[in-house]
Amino acid sequence: MNKLQIILKGIVKENPTFVLILGMCPTLGTTTSAANGFGMGVATMAVLIMSNLVISLIKNIIPDKVRIPSFIVVIASFVTVIQMVMQAYVPALYASLGVFIPLIVVNCIILGRAEAFASKNGAFDSILDGVGIGLGFTLSLTVIGAVREILGSGAVFGLPIGIGDYAPLVFVLAPGGFLTLGYLMLLFNKLAKK
Amino acid sequence: MDQITYFAIIIGAIFVNNVVLAQFLGICPFLGVSSKVETSLGMSAAVTFVMALTALVAWPIQQFILVKFDIEYMQTIVFILVIAALVQMVEIILKKVSPALYQALGIFLPLITTNCAVLGVAILMIQKEFTLLQSVVYSISTAIGFGLALVLFAGIRERLDFEEVPAAMKGVPVALVTAGILAMAFMGFSGLV
Repeated sequence: MNKLQIILKGIVKENPTFVLILGMCPTLGTTTSAANGFGMGVATMAVLIMSNLVISLIKNIIPDKVRIPSFIVVIASFVTVIQMVMQAYVPALYASLGVFIPLIVVNCIILGRAEAFASKNGAFDSILDGVGIGLGFTLSLTVIGAVREILGSGAVFGLPIGIGDYAPLVFVLAPGGFLTLGYLMLLFNKLAKK
Repeated sequence: MDQITYFAIIIGAIFVNNVVLAQFLGICPFLGVSSKVETSLGMSAAVTFVMALTALVAWPIQQFILVKFDIEYMQTIVFILVIAALVQMVEIILKKVSPALYQALGIFLPLITTNCAVLGVAILMIQKEFTLLQSVVYSISTAIGFGLALVLFAGIRERLDFEEVPAAMKGVPVALVTAGILAMAFMGFSGLV
């Protein structure tokens, strides 16, 4: 596979949110605004790239039987690193994402890529795969966050667009998350079929 | 006073801050396993069991090891390993002790390790600074809330099978919209405690 294709496939053809339908908890839980969605996407991408790299490097040392636990330990270590970095440099974002930062550990996208890609491919390709899937995830989360923020609080990335008085708050609350993702997925399916 | 606190924890975890419909934890099994009422009940039972055990094990580890040696930043790694080991152990013990129960819960057990509701509850109970007993009550109530959402949703989805859904809407999109409406119904509980 061509290097560019590895990156691009994560954005459309194997989009983790709309096609593979993985990592639904952070997708719904952190997309109350475009900025939160973007932040979560980037944090996940960082963990994914580093865990993909390390797992592709140590894949030959790990016995097959303890493969999954070893992957989880690698992923959990990087999540802890990201957690500390975010706490130090972006405390506001860290506070608003809350419990979903440590929960990156159980995001099935990361373990899924470790198992499906990084444990079979070289280091460089694994990094590219992490970048591609990570970008796809970040993009989806930002779009969902932007839609919810526009509908629910009449702003995008915190900038008001003048409809704040009419925006139904429900889109920022829990039901709006399910509804927005449902209808966006419908749209994606419709466009993908054409 | 104490009884009121426990009552608030129970009602809060089951209805007001329902783990699936308000906190967005455990969405994967919620969407994946909830097509039949029967499997939802099995999954809920397995989750309740593991969540209660996790609270019992994770709480002492946090208080007596992580806090004592000042290594709270290891929480994520330690908790996920504890949960993975617990699930594995429960599977082995159930197989030996109660084959009938293993038959019923067995297929759901491996799925629970990656159920973020279990790790989420373990982290939240530490964050909320609960005592051991409160943590256990909180975990069990959360699991009941999870089961309630799962079974309600499965009931709706069984009906949905007989409806004509537009092609692009089939599967996950219609399930998400349904969940949205269910979440809206659960919003009626907000302000209860």
